[in-house]
Amino acid sequence: MSARASTTWSGRLGDALWRAWDSDLTYSFLRSPVTIVAAVVALGLIVASVAAPLIAPTDPFALATVDLMAAFTPPVWMEGGDPQFLLGTDDQGRDMLSAILYGMRISLFVGAASVVFAMTLGVGLGLLAGYAGGWIDALLMRVADVQISFPAILIALLIDGVARGILPREVHHEMALWVIIFAIGAPGWVQYARTVRGSTMVEKNREYVMAAHIMGVHPVVIALRHVLPNAMGPVLVIATIHLAIAVITEATLSFLGVGLPPTEPSLGTLIRIGNDFLFSGEWWITIFPGVALVLLVLSVNLLGDWLRDALNPKLR
Amino acid sequence: MLAFIVRRLIQSVLVMLAVALVGFALFTYVGDPINNMVGQDTSIEDRERLREDLGLNDPFPVQFFRFVVNAAQADFGISYRHGRPVEDLLVERAPATLELSFAAGLFALFVGVPMGIYTALNRRSWLSKVFLTVSLIGVSLPTFLIGILLILVFSVWLGWLPSFGRGETVQFGWWSTGFLTWDGLTALIMPAITLGLFQMTLIMRLVRAEMLEVLRTDYIKFARARGLSARAVNFGHALKNTLVPVITITGLQLGSVIAFAIITETVFQWPGMGLLFIQAIEFVDIPVMAAYLVLVAFLFVLINLIVDLLYFAVDPRLRVGGGGGQGL
Repeated sequence: MSARASTTWSGRLGDALWRAWDSDLTYSFLRSPVTIVAAVVALGLIVASVAAPLIAPTDPFALATVDLMAAFTPPVWMEGGDPQFLLGTDDQGRDMLSAILYGMRISLFVGAASVVFAMTLGVGLGLLAGYAGGWIDALLMRVADVQISFPAILIALLIDGVARGILPREVHHEMALWVIIFAIGAPGWVQYARTVRGSTMVEKNREYVMAAHIMGVHPVVIALRHVLPNAMGPVLVIATIHLAIAVITEATLSFLGVGLPPTEPSLGTLIRIGNDFLFSGEWWITIFPGVALVLLVLSVNLLGDWLRDALNPKLR
Repeated sequence: MLAFIVRRLIQSVLVMLAVALVGFALFTYVGDPINNMVGQDTSIEDRERLREDLGLNDPFPVQFFRFVVNAAQADFGISYRHGRPVEDLLVERAPATLELSFAAGLFALFVGVPMGIYTALNRRSWLSKVFLTVSLIGVSLPTFLIGILLILVFSVWLGWLPSFGRGETVQFGWWSTGFLTWDGLTALIMPAITLGLFQMTLIMRLVRAEMLEVLRTDYIKFARARGLSARAVNFGHALKNTLVPVITITGLQLGSVIAFAIITETVFQWPGMGLLFIQAIEFVDIPVMAAYLVLVAFLFVLINLIVDLLYFAVDPRLRVGGGGGQGL
């Protein structure tokens, strides 16, 4: 704990940073080499994909720079490789490295957005169920019980199928990204809700909550400002692992051909495109996006595993 | 006991009704069934007559009731795309999916359980670490990527195994099996591994965790103190108590296997129900989508019900406390 009590903004930030550095979390992080590697890989991939327009060698969406003559160029270390295309090119002569960076950007965006959506929905409903109790709680938890017995991918497929039926073709094409985010995020609320509900039911009988109640603080404010921060630890763990699952689900939907259109290729779309050329020997069109996907998911999974153990007081 | 079963049955029926409602809403509000049935040049009067004949002007509850009655008799209408009754399509495709799921389940159990036991008994051996690392990668590899990698190695590079379809099948009445021909069996290997790998890692980790838990208990210590052989303690005492949760989870996972078969079937062009469903989504073939949905939901509800009842039969504690089927 820092002895300084700062009032300035920068001083407070300094305090927060010092507390974060001094915490058990940092200690356990620095003691686990696997986690450090995973964090570096995950961070590297995230930064690279966010900064894709700056660091990618070419813009795979700019039709002017794409040269059909350069299609099916193998990676640079193979015979016929071109130093201009480090990881080779696809069937339309697009640079694979650039396509992967842009694809990962889309995959990550969809993944993160669905996690935020599921988390907001789940935390909100969990707080409501835990705090309100009664029939609201019973109803929400029944629905959760039923929903959790169906695999998320099936629900996502169904939502996507319905959207295809309801929306006209052109509208669906434009909305595809949001439909996918909704389809992946919507089934995810159950785990957040269950966890938050459990913590809320414990916390709401604590003295500080009663004190706030007696002071006349509005229940919504109590739930959000006082109860919720105490339930956030497990939520973070779920969110991390959910991110890995959401990225896989998006890739799967895109691979099945019901995800994002080829004009906005995510990693899954790239793998789907490459799958058609597996038999003609152009393996790099599939394998490199696949490797990028696995690296991303594996590193996020490892981080999630570590966070779960680090935040679990029983294992200390 | 009876009260528990009755409550559980009512709950299952309610879930099925809810799913049926979703399926029915698909029928009614997504697209116009009439447009899908008739040609461009049908007059408006003819369309209206057809609408009246099909009962599409009836009030919602009446239509829904009719849908449920038909669905209960496995009548889901005509596929927009294939122009054939949906139930015929499903019956034709079901053997492929069921055989694939069965093979994948066998693979997951017979590889996952021994690996789990080994890693629990030899915690510090290097092979255990290899198994655990492989299982972590197995969880992080999306199903479709596993399939693609297998195809690349064993079909494209080595040329050992066929990369698509079921191979030769033998007909037994309406059931077609690939188990009896060499061709069918080789075609089954890669899809089964692809589908079963995730469940295998899951079972392995579960067996390992349960085994470690059980090995710590007093009665195992006591068995060791009695001078029983390691074999008798590990397999006679520990493993037996490990298997109850394993069987439950495996049972619950059966549903996921059938759902994930969609992906495997797409990768390997396996002519099962999953492939049918994916194609139905692409072409907005509502009757097929609704039928698949109801069918899969039925399987899920059935599996959950059986697992719950088994739990009740196996665990005496549930019987005393009035029996709440909640929890896992």
